[in-house]
Amino acid sequence: MLKLLPLLTVLAMLGPVIAGLWGTVLPAFGHLPAAGLLGPTLDPFRALLHWPGVTEASRLSVVTGLGATILSLGIVAVFMAGWSGTRTFRLFERLLSPVLSVPHAAAAFGLAFLIAPSGWIARLASPGLTGWDRPPDLLILQDPGGLALIAGLVVKEVPFLLLMSLVALGQAQPKQSLLVAQSLGYRRSTGWLKTVFPRIYRQIRLPVFVVLAYSMSVVDVALILGPTTPPTLSVQIVNWMGDPDLAMRLTGAAAALWQFALVLLALGLWWLGERLVARAGRAWIAAGSRGRGEGALRGAALVLGAVSALSVLVGLISLAVWSVAGFWSFPDIFPQGWSARTWARHGPPALQTMGETFVVAGAAMALALLLVLGCLESEHRSGRRLTHRGLWLLYLPLLVPQTAFLPGLQTLLLSIGADTGRAPVIFAHLVFVLPYVFLSLGDPWRAWDRRYATVAHALGATPWRVFCQVRLPTLLRPILTATAVGLAVSVGQYLPTLLIGGGRVSTLTTEAVALASGGDRRAIGVYGLMQTLAALIPFALALLLPTLLWRNRRGLHG
Amino acid sequence: MDKGLTLRKICILKDAKPLIEVDHHIPPGEILTVMGPSGVGKSTLLAYITGTLGPDFTGMGEIALDGRDITTTPPHLRQIGILFQDDLLFPHMSVGANLAFGMPPGGRRAVRQRLIAEALRDVGLEGYANRDPATLSGGQRARVALVRMMLSQPKALLLDEAFSRLDVALRAQVRTLIFQTAQDRGLPVLMVTHDAEDAAAAKGPVIELRSLSGG
Repeated sequence: MLKLLPLLTVLAMLGPVIAGLWGTVLPAFGHLPAAGLLGPTLDPFRALLHWPGVTEASRLSVVTGLGATILSLGIVAVFMAGWSGTRTFRLFERLLSPVLSVPHAAAAFGLAFLIAPSGWIARLASPGLTGWDRPPDLLILQDPGGLALIAGLVVKEVPFLLLMSLVALGQAQPKQSLLVAQSLGYRRSTGWLKTVFPRIYRQIRLPVFVVLAYSMSVVDVALILGPTTPPTLSVQIVNWMGDPDLAMRLTGAAAALWQFALVLLALGLWWLGERLVARAGRAWIAAGSRGRGEGALRGAALVLGAVSALSVLVGLISLAVWSVAGFWSFPDIFPQGWSARTWARHGPPALQTMGETFVVAGAAMALALLLVLGCLESEHRSGRRLTHRGLWLLYLPLLVPQTAFLPGLQTLLLSIGADTGRAPVIFAHLVFVLPYVFLSLGDPWRAWDRRYATVAHALGATPWRVFCQVRLPTLLRPILTATAVGLAVSVGQYLPTLLIGGGRVSTLTTEAVALASGGDRRAIGVYGLMQTLAALIPFALALLLPTLLWRNRRGLHG
Repeated sequence: MDKGLTLRKICILKDAKPLIEVDHHIPPGEILTVMGPSGVGKSTLLAYITGTLGPDFTGMGEIALDGRDITTTPPHLRQIGILFQDDLLFPHMSVGANLAFGMPPGGRRAVRQRLIAEALRDVGLEGYANRDPATLSGGQRARVALVRMMLSQPKALLLDEAFSRLDVALRAQVRTLIFQTAQDRGLPVLMVTHDAEDAAAAKGPVIELRSLSGG
């Protein structure tokens, strides 16, 4: 049974992806028997080409994806180069987990409330600096260039890549390398970029690919911050999939394949860029320059890091302020009055939605934990470690754009007459929860001292007894952290809930994003906050529970 | 029937190259010392005897305990106790719970608790059952680890550099306690060490392992 679990895990993770891609390919070539259409034909692709927005939407996808990835990686690199190991850096490390657990949609709303023409930043500067006494007629949000969308992605991807780099940093002995470089006369940032960064980048390559694929095809953030005429390609795919005219689904499927091709193309470009940067980097190292103008770089890195973290945190505060705001006219910095009306109206339904959110997240998480623990235990017993190829398998569901296979999965479920609803949604969430739980639990699980198992066996304990009584309790903290990660991933899912739920499953994320077009800022404040809470509460519990349970066991609080 | 721990023509291969070879019988009460530089595969030999050899290794030869072939027996049924240089007390269990974990199942709660209390008293740790292992000193933890292993009623004892983490004064004390306990129970002991003093104190045969791969 245990030996079957790795296979089951791969099936749960890749099955829906492959089935979904299959379900995309068929209608993309005009084959949709449920609608009485039989292919193959290239008509859907022709329809896609005739859509006037196709060039602009494709450009947006590539530009926002590459832009957000380059900016995020750049900020992480110069920030770590200039500040890792300092007290300032430790402060950022402490902010990392809360910022990371804020769902993308909530962070995007928060950012929107800050940078909108009537947002907090404009209010702070008005009318004193700007002379505005009413919101300026500027298209800052949803700008056609996608700059707001890029900003919304960067503030969330910076903490993600920073966390991945910190994990990689542990194995790279950065202190010694930096010390050697500095004793050879290198300035701090230059020394770090030349000696530590190349090793870290090797480790975070796959996460960087994930950021690229995600940024190119994200839907919820694009609905909030992205342009509308035309929207990004992935948003348009979702629009087509929701069209009552079934023929539009064919165009949507063709666009989904096109989106997939664009992501592959961008990954290829990235791969090429890696080689160019590596070559330039080697020349830079060989030239032996010790670094110049570092003060400015360090300063800029600090400002960028701080702006990125603060936009999420202050954005959340602005969500909170809007949720209790009474009348609030421009350019007042705070509302004239405070009111609990919005909470009285939207609080109870939001709480009910939170229940549904946790049912879905809890079920997906329980399945994920069962599979992951089973895989890790089977790995432990057979003594075979996850190979590099296995790691790619884990990242695969995160590299295939959601818009490329979820529409196909929905079509497939409909055409075989399967019901949409809660259970399929749970399995769709599992596809994304599994890799994150595996990645989060894998390292601490393997770092566990195997001699504990040897001793326990020598004392006569069976393998299952060792697993239940020794391993699970001593690894309680990482298990709970992985659980919190998994729950946060599920809470933040937008597209799987929307498409696979067939409109019958609503979570805090789908409700919050649905409010985006309406523009009721007070309601958005309530739902955005509730969404953030739903992701944060598990993290708080994961920190608190081991401390409570093991309060008399000092050896577990290293 | 041959009482004791028998290692019959044992050869451990790594990547198809021989790593170590041992052929020896340890009668009850005797301490066999295996010495050699680090990396020579001493701990690998112990892993083969406990049945926890990694997949990179291949073990050949027969292990017998009191005449019973245990070469393919699962680790938890071998009845061979092991002590490492770290005490490896389970950090989430109290001292008493660690000991109870080692005891064979069965018996009334009160009886088990009395046995634990007595065992702790025997090593000078009376009243320590409810303590958190992390609050004990190094010497105390080493003694608890010994008691935990002895309560599981092993038929042989393996020591993997078991004293190397203790400071000099404590080292002799713990060593004497463990050797004495093993002799009293008539257990065959296999000790792996790089310390000549340990070997001298064992007063038994010594095997010097040399690297077979010519490295």
